Amino acid sequence: MNGLDAFIVGEKLDYGAHTFTPEEIIRFARKYDPQPFHLDAEAARNSMFGALCASGWHTASVWMKLAVEYRPVWFRSLRERGLPVPYFGPSPGIFDVAWTKPVYAGDTIHYFSECIDKRPRKTDPEWGIVITRASGFNEAGDQVVTFDNAVLIRRQPSD
Amino acid sequence: MNTAPDNPRLCYEDFTPGREFALGPLTVDAEEVIEFAAEFDPQPMHLDETAGKESLLGGLAASGWQTCGLIMRMMAQSYILNSTAQGAPKVDYVRWKRPVLAGDVLSGVSRVLSARPLKSRPGLGIVQFEQEIHNQRGELVCECSNPTFFAMRDAGGGQ
Repeated sequence: MNGLDAFIVGEKLDYGAHTFTPEEIIRFARKYDPQPFHLDAEAARNSMFGALCASGWHTASVWMKLAVEYRPVWFRSLRERGLPVPYFGPSPGIFDVAWTKPVYAGDTIHYFSECIDKRPRKTDPEWGIVITRASGFNEAGDQVVTFDNAVLIRRQPSD
Repeated sequence: MNTAPDNPRLCYEDFTPGREFALGPLTVDAEEVIEFAAEFDPQPMHLDETAGKESLLGGLAASGWQTCGLIMRMMAQSYILNSTAQGAPKVDYVRWKRPVLAGDVLSGVSRVLSARPLKSRPGLGIVQFEQEIHNQRGELVCECSNPTFFAMRDAGGGQ
């Protein structure tokens, strides 16, 4: 058995939801994305978004937050199924990031992660690569964000 | 800001293919690395110097998501805030090529690849950019590419 066995292509993990308050939208924007429609409700009304909305990087970063928070739950489920607990290496990158609808102040976004591909790494047999598709949906059921995320997984499991 | 006639905001028409905008320099602050990680990516190599040194990343390393935010901040300061930008619908790719460590000094370039008017939204155009970010040793740490919407000058964007 190796660390890649923890990832089942087609399995979709439910990371739970996060509510974006106006305060945290503005706090993130001040630091990383100080465009008027992420900073100020009045300025946002005059933009193409129409109301205060989160930076796309904020929306994506919350996926990571929930992914890390979900790991103990997922690891328990893996152990119960007799599957290895993976050792995570660095991520080489993300691709096809799409912010399909704005995330407005007060929106609650429900995040998911689905394994879409996994393979041994030709250049380094100690590591495999896993591709997961992240997604987030608002309360109306509209997708607001999606991206594909690559991560290195050590083939020797951590326990 | 910057709406005086002698310093008109950058409009869609100003983003001609090949035009480059300098990004940075920006020093990666250790406290900010830890603060971002605590909220969005609480893994040991992003939270703790010793854990970072023992990891593959080799030091207290910024979350890749924070690196995206820092690039966004540099783009905002370089040209976005002095423009008619109306947000980015997607990012084609982000490649985290090397670790970004606390104390690193990032700089780079944002380059216009192509531009076209939007048929669906008169007065708005879409500009495709690519970014290359280097550290103080001249090593490529991150590259990414994205489109951004800009209002056109003749739509009143420059006023």
